[in-house]
Amino acid sequence: MTPPDNDPRTEPFDLDYAPAPQSTAVVDIADEYGLFIDGDFVESRSGRTFATTNPATEEHLADVAEGSKDDVDRAVAAARNAYEGHWGALSGRERGKYMFRIARQIQERARQFAVLETIDGGKPIRESRDVDIPLSAAWFFYYAGWADKLEYAFPGRRVAPHGVAGQIIPWNFPLMMAAWKLAPALATGNTVVLKPAETTPLTALLLADVIRDVGLPPGVVNIVTGAGATGAALVDHTGIDKLAFTGSTEVGKRIQRATSGRRLPLTLELGGKAAHIVFDDSAVDQAVEGIVNGIYFNQGHVCCAGSRLLVQESVAEEFTLRLKRRMAVLRLGDPLDKNTDVGAINSAEQLRRITDMVDAGVAEGADLHQPDCDLPERGYWYPPTVFTGVQQSHSVARDEIFGPVLTVQTFRTPQEAVDKANNTPYGLSAGIWTEKGSRILWMAEQLRAGVVWANTYNQFDPASPFGGYKESGFGREGGLHGLAPYLRAAGRVA
Amino acid sequence: MAGHMPVDKTYKLFIGGAFPRSESGRTFQVRSADGGLLANVSRASRKDLREAVRAARSAQAGWSSRTAYNRGQILYRVAEVMESRRAEFATALRDTGRPARSARREVDASIDRWVWYAGWADKVHHVLGSVNPVAGPYFNFTVPEPTGVVVIAAPDEPPLMGLLSRLAPAIVSGNTAIVLTGGAASLVAVSLAEVLATSDVPAGVVNVLTCDKAEVLPWALSHLDVNLVDLTGAPDDLGDEVVAGAAENVKRIVGGREGSDPVEASPYVIGDFLEMKTIWHPIGR
Repeated sequence: MTPPDNDPRTEPFDLDYAPAPQSTAVVDIADEYGLFIDGDFVESRSGRTFATTNPATEEHLADVAEGSKDDVDRAVAAARNAYEGHWGALSGRERGKYMFRIARQIQERARQFAVLETIDGGKPIRESRDVDIPLSAAWFFYYAGWADKLEYAFPGRRVAPHGVAGQIIPWNFPLMMAAWKLAPALATGNTVVLKPAETTPLTALLLADVIRDVGLPPGVVNIVTGAGATGAALVDHTGIDKLAFTGSTEVGKRIQRATSGRRLPLTLELGGKAAHIVFDDSAVDQAVEGIVNGIYFNQGHVCCAGSRLLVQESVAEEFTLRLKRRMAVLRLGDPLDKNTDVGAINSAEQLRRITDMVDAGVAEGADLHQPDCDLPERGYWYPPTVFTGVQQSHSVARDEIFGPVLTVQTFRTPQEAVDKANNTPYGLSAGIWTEKGSRILWMAEQLRAGVVWANTYNQFDPASPFGGYKESGFGREGGLHGLAPYLRAAGRVA
Repeated sequence: MAGHMPVDKTYKLFIGGAFPRSESGRTFQVRSADGGLLANVSRASRKDLREAVRAARSAQAGWSSRTAYNRGQILYRVAEVMESRRAEFATALRDTGRPARSARREVDASIDRWVWYAGWADKVHHVLGSVNPVAGPYFNFTVPEPTGVVVIAAPDEPPLMGLLSRLAPAIVSGNTAIVLTGGAASLVAVSLAEVLATSDVPAGVVNVLTCDKAEVLPWALSHLDVNLVDLTGAPDDLGDEVVAGAAENVKRIVGGREGSDPVEASPYVIGDFLEMKTIWHPIGR
């Protein structure tokens, strides 16, 4: 069904907004940042630093200490010391109180965190302000309450912390990933060495400030900034008792390989290629919003992004049309503008990767569509993109792109939707849009994925376990299940 | 009175509900404490493992889509058939040097263990699942699901109790399994396979490979259609590189950690073989 020519939906009217910039006066970025070890900011033993830039402007923001093997050693020793000293002896109630303080401080300094997150990572201020930062505070608040209730979490088992946890987090939700990692680790009585991502270290270092302000004992949380080599030093360190990693499947496999001989307790939250399935009886406008949110949220830099649209054949043509129309009014640009929908790509390297993968899709014969939109001259940008005419064999339908790129395939029956959705080595998430309750539950049962969103997408909550099947990793973060990876004898559970 | 000349059993593999010999034609011998020959046991090859994985994968969807109640009933039926073969299991344990009383005790405890796990089929969800109070108008819940195809390195000791304590929690939730067992423990494993073959357990849900575990485990760890490997009964000197093979498809590795109890009975052991799926739906008028 094609809308008639005079349908207002076919003629996007002028949607220019006046600029609505978020003030940056709330943040004060230092020229240089040290490593946060044993309660103090210190220089790297190697003296090496790396630059962090604003991906929306390519402006140099700060020089950050690059953690060497020596520095990781120091951080692990500090964490060990804290674990065997004060922190290990502290009651759950007292641990929880430190965490409640951290949660409150994040709330109180929320705008500062949000602006810094957007400047350092390129995501729209609307998202950092309304999603990343509130969820980060909520994560600490939720797990703070668990700290003195662990005996009720796994009845019949005597649980105990592992000791020193190494944690490596990605650049797509920098503060939120730190919160997802730190909160359950601290609630369960572990101490931590955290390595933030190379391109987005600043909010983790602001969190270090908070950690100091709330009086958390030195060494309980250590933050060692750096790139892959710093992460590898942490992975290979024999002084850690537990490792948690969020990032690509490729690196996750390397980490599993490197640590399997030691049988190091491991949590892996890796890549995805989620199917987002739309049936002919779905609430179409809501479904379009859901698909758009599923793939263009955070520029598609989301491991659970709904990157494969599977739409029922009978409505595919109209649905795709509506989708393209919605894409045409997405606002791409200054991430600090409160009206921006699509911000900057996180780094030049990621932009290159997205560009290469989209080029491969075109070369393989898929049909590319990108709305007309002006990309800013400076910075790293990629327009919202959709591929139609996609075959299962096309690389764009198989490989994780981690960018604002959606593929469209069709299906006729629910079984065919399931078969296509599950035809991937990944299994992190999936989405379903239909008004039929029994079909939702049947589909949810059939989909091999750790998180299934029905008639919604990209929802996160500290009470809700998150994590993958198959090559999307193992272990859960969030909820009761998110405690298990940080406790000995809690079982795999996840 | 003319004596009855015993008809000795051929100890074969159990793959997809059938009892083939190893395609390799290899066997190993199990001898009694006094050196007498008890059996020439089939020694599984890499190809046998592949066949077993294929059988387990084919059976997995059907087994996991049975109702939990039905799986519980089928497992209970296994215990019934085991009960009728108590003497055979006890003899197999005794033949390899176990005192009679100890052998009988292990058989009885093993049957009880199996009944215990059968009862968990429709209860483990209560204990390991959850309804999650998210901060928004959504109904959100977490359900356990089977991981898929699992390979179990069965412990050598205690031969029957060790095997059942890993196999029952693996299959009760809907996984399908390939059991690797070796040495003298093979005898009870083959008897168990014969029980399973006559107990309404669908073909392929359990496959038993008598083998040299150290030889077969590296192939299992690197097999791309295996989702999980239980190292409870793995040899200590398996080698880092061998375990690292599991990373190729991000396999789950359970069991065999220092201090872990190979015969623990717990819903958390069932949990070792599960995935957790979380489902969101909006609440609205």
